[in-house]
Amino acid sequence: MEESLEDSLLDDGDGVGELTAQTALQEIENAWMNERFAPEILPHQSDLVDCMLQQIAHMEKNIKRLDKKDLRALVHRMELDRIKYVISSYLRARLEKIERYTIHILSEEANRSPEEAYLTPGELRFAKEYLANLETFFKTVALQHMPPNFQRFEANKFIIKPNLQAHVFLRANQRIPGIVLPGMLNEEIDFEEGSQHIIQYSAVAHLVKSGVVQLI
Amino acid sequence: MFGKEAVKLITELDMHEDIRPFNEQVMRQVFEEMQTLYEANLVDSNAIQNEGNNALLPSVHFRHTALLRNKRCVLAYLYHRIRRLRQMRWELGSILPTEITANLLNAEMQWFQNYNKSLATYMRSIGDDHGLNLTVNMNPPKTLYVEVKCLSDFGKLELDDGEVITLKKNTYHLLPRTTCEPLIRQGILEHHNT
Repeated sequence: MEESLEDSLLDDGDGVGELTAQTALQEIENAWMNERFAPEILPHQSDLVDCMLQQIAHMEKNIKRLDKKDLRALVHRMELDRIKYVISSYLRARLEKIERYTIHILSEEANRSPEEAYLTPGELRFAKEYLANLETFFKTVALQHMPPNFQRFEANKFIIKPNLQAHVFLRANQRIPGIVLPGMLNEEIDFEEGSQHIIQYSAVAHLVKSGVVQLI
Repeated sequence: MFGKEAVKLITELDMHEDIRPFNEQVMRQVFEEMQTLYEANLVDSNAIQNEGNNALLPSVHFRHTALLRNKRCVLAYLYHRIRRLRQMRWELGSILPTEITANLLNAEMQWFQNYNKSLATYMRSIGDDHGLNLTVNMNPPKTLYVEVKCLSDFGKLELDDGEVITLKKNTYHLLPRTTCEPLIRQGILEHHNT
């Protein structure tokens, strides 16, 4: 019942681009799970986020038209809260990674062209400000009181990198042959469609980014 | 023993989960130790260059390692303090209680203000018009309304639909979850399970 309500509510939107509201919701949920489970930051999905936020604004307007005591209003509002949670949680997960791996992420990002950037302009700005803020703080409190040779903010020594060797659970969205297992010579495995696996993240990082596997 | 003072800073982090008063005394001792080590190294390395006295090399090496270790411990101390501060930003909001601010250096306050500013700018940039407040909706929603007990005289609170209610100590209310979430984290309301 909830599903169908959600459909009808979401379908009120004008269907931004080719994305229907229903698939956008599904995709943002997938992106959210991937981001939460992947050790490194993934390419941003700001189109999806923008699209969902528009939908939310639209839905809120629709709900306002309903009577306060109407059961439908309650159910719809609940659904809205859920979607907002997913979006906030997704963006929070990214922000946490940006803060933790700031230097690493910024240096990787510097090698990417604007089209393949992982961070949104807003996130990039946040990352740069965060690093600058940290540097100023270190300098005022400690570095300037140290002997001359030790005053530098050596960014390369403070790098924290995500652990790409961490293991992740995943489900294959389609058949994928020939996945090379790290640490094994000439050993390949195939993923069947819909099958689930535990595997080192580094072996499937490119598959997560292209969307053929889903982290769970 | 070189580096002993610096380790005290790390132990302090380890022993207490909250933010302790900034340990300026130990910090100053570490800086003094670094200065001493540095000057000793300067003398010895001059001797090595001028007199070719290579027997001094190992001690120069040793002091240098001690210096690097001290630097690392000091920065780790600072870093973990601001990480905790960051956590508080998410839990308590942009205004810190005085118990916390009393334990902070000016520079730490400055860091906190800057962090607030960056975060606010970022949150405003999300989406097309109003931005999105990421510090609410922290937990998966289970119900729209929650029953809460008021722990202090807060005064008037305006709900999303324009209704105004008065929060008095020891009263119970049924409120929209999103409205009371920040108040619960600030300790003004308490989640009441029936």
